[in-house]
Amino acid sequence: MKIYVPIDSAAKALGADEVAETIAREAKSRGIEARIIRNGTRGMIWLEPLVEIDQGQGRIGYGPVTPEDVPALLDGKLDSLGPVEEIPFFARQTRLTFARCGVIDPLDLDDYRAHGGLAGLRRAAAMSQADIIAEVTKSGLRGRGGAGFPTGIKWKTVMEAEAPQKYIVCNADEGDSGTFADRMIMEGDPFTLIEGMAIAGLGVGATRGYVYLRSEYPDAIRVMNEAVRIARRNGVLGPDVLDSGRAFDMEIRMGAGAYVCGEETSLLNSLEGKRGVVRAKPPLPALEGFLGRPTVVNNVISLATVPVIFEKGAQTYADLGIGRSRGTVTLQIAGNVRHGGLFETGFGVTLGEIVNEIGGGTASGRPVKAVQVGGPLGAYMPANKFDTPTGYEEFDRNGGLIGHAGLVVFDDSADMLKMARFAMEFCAVESCGKCTPCRIGAVRGVETIDRIAEGDMAATELLTDLCETMKDGSLCALGGFTPLPVMSALTHFPDDFACHKEAAE
Amino acid sequence: MQVNAPAPTEEDIRAIIVPLASLEGPLLPMLHALQDSYGHVPQTAVPVLADVLNLGRAEVHGVISFYHDFRDAPAGRHVLRICRAEACQSMGANSLAESTFRKLGISWHDTTRNGAVTVEPVYCLGLCACAPAVMLDDRVVGRVDDARMDKLLSEAGA
Ligand SMILES: Cc1cc2nc3c(=O)[nH]c(=O)nc-3n(C[C@H](O)[C@H](O)[C@H](O)COP(=O)(O)O)c2cc1C
Ligand code: SF4
Ligand code: FES
Repeated sequence: MKIYVPIDSAAKALGADEVAETIAREAKSRGIEARIIRNGTRGMIWLEPLVEIDQGQGRIGYGPVTPEDVPALLDGKLDSLGPVEEIPFFARQTRLTFARCGVIDPLDLDDYRAHGGLAGLRRAAAMSQADIIAEVTKSGLRGRGGAGFPTGIKWKTVMEAEAPQKYIVCNADEGDSGTFADRMIMEGDPFTLIEGMAIAGLGVGATRGYVYLRSEYPDAIRVMNEAVRIARRNGVLGPDVLDSGRAFDMEIRMGAGAYVCGEETSLLNSLEGKRGVVRAKPPLPALEGFLGRPTVVNNVISLATVPVIFEKGAQTYADLGIGRSRGTVTLQIAGNVRHGGLFETGFGVTLGEIVNEIGGGTASGRPVKAVQVGGPLGAYMPANKFDTPTGYEEFDRNGGLIGHAGLVVFDDSADMLKMARFAMEFCAVESCGKCTPCRIGAVRGVETIDRIAEGDMAATELLTDLCETMKDGSLCALGGFTPLPVMSALTHFPDDFACHKEAAE
Repeated sequence: MQVNAPAPTEEDIRAIIVPLASLEGPLLPMLHALQDSYGHVPQTAVPVLADVLNLGRAEVHGVISFYHDFRDAPAGRHVLRICRAEACQSMGANSLAESTFRKLGISWHDTTRNGAVTVEPVYCLGLCACAPAVMLDDRVVGRVDDARMDKLLSEAGA
């Protein structure tokens, strides 16, 4: 009998370690021959710890399991969720990037291979650089870190640059609230990211890579470091990647708690050991990136999607999605929501479907008030925008952005003035300090919102002007997009800004 | 974390940072290694780092002060990080933080008087689907309510 207990940090945060220990102890005392496998998470976080038992007829799910449930679980007396892959939330997904996450033991390279791992890298290793780039371009893959820039174009620029050394840098800074896809895949299927980076390296002619991983993710750091060692030992990384005669190796580097270091040029400065101040562009990192050398900077999910594109073919990937948003979107459903977790599906599903059908509405049972999409720099979308389909252009047209595809649901108890204030406060705390509209403007923004809260309605005009100044005068999206959550809160929820006045009168 | 340990000597510091000098971009790994050893980045390390990396002291200091992670003095025996970001707020993180502060009689960045716990804000732990979330040292905890917080605090000796 095989028993799966997730080792993902969300599962651990809900007690998975205690459950695994209790299972080991109880199984032993009952003389049950059980192999306990610590898998990644399937992404159904409301069911964690989600234990799966396989007695040769498929994996049956139980959850959430507490240590107290374990005796009943092992005696076959605990109610099951049925075959885990038939749970509706899971069954209706199209899992490509996350195909193995939650299925395999994250650090078992044989298990990885048995589930399609390394097929993409093997195929890429037999291709020319130009063909690798063409394949990525054909897939339509766009950067999943926020800006949605076409990955193939970025890679082509780096491939064509002449330099004695080029780099692949993976952006694993994942600072946006409501996002955890990067963490989940690094903890649950780390070889996918390594394989994607190796393909990128072969494609652009870079022999070295770095993962810049935030310090808030100690578990992911541990798993990634171990995975790199295993990959190296097995010839996936090193001087002769899968006997291709081509070299690629990589290291994991830890961030130091600065949100702005998720911005790619700030990240590069940080990786070089400097203050994480944003660099002016040009030069593009693709031409002058890490240590001034041509560098691919890509998000974890962008890179972790590359292997499946090479395994299944670019066309299969590109056949999914809508408009210019091809392939799958890895939605992270979070906040005040009943069924929170990771949901991978073709682009096009609407915001309303995600929140109400897939997410099941709020956790509190109260009406949904707003959904912030795309992290702290994303808009608060009201219910009347719920027909917006997930797509980069589609969201843009509706005054929002998809960003890293995290969604934070709020119920009707949320005070949108407070959320707007928080957006400004966050910008003030995390500003790199380079531009005045961001550094000073955000502080003024907090003060101005406080004046509105005290009943000074004239201050809303001031706030609007301030947001304009920040939008126009900021070098990067931290100062430039903080106005988005602020203005969307003000525009869609004017009552939250006005009722304070009445209260003050 | 040896709060009362004597200040590290230049040799101690060199022993930690010199093995990292061959890395590309070695300063952050060095600072993390120092903080791992001493619980903070000792002031005495600045001239040594400057010397080993051929940088100005002001430059080294500027890097240390830029990042939220690096401390110039040791924290309490445990560090409790409470997530303040949006998803956790949607599930009551603000009132969780307030009630924790009331219990401890401290606020953000403070340490309890017995030196057991330092409370710090954090902006997202990637546990946004099981909010509100906190981290006690390296241990993550989700769906934290007052009862769970009390248990954590007593484990930490606050
Ligand atoms: C303030 C700020 C924070 C950012 N944080 C992240 C992040 O945590 N992860 C990420 O992949 N991209 C982040 N980005 C976007 C990056 O600058 C960059 O566009 C991305 O890493 C490129 O990779 P991609 O094309 O694969 O998305 C951030 C941008 C800004 C302005
Ligand atoms: S907008 Fe803010 S964070 Fe971005 S470069 Fe300017 S000061 Fe730095
Ligand atoms: S917002 Fe608190 S864990 Fe993400």
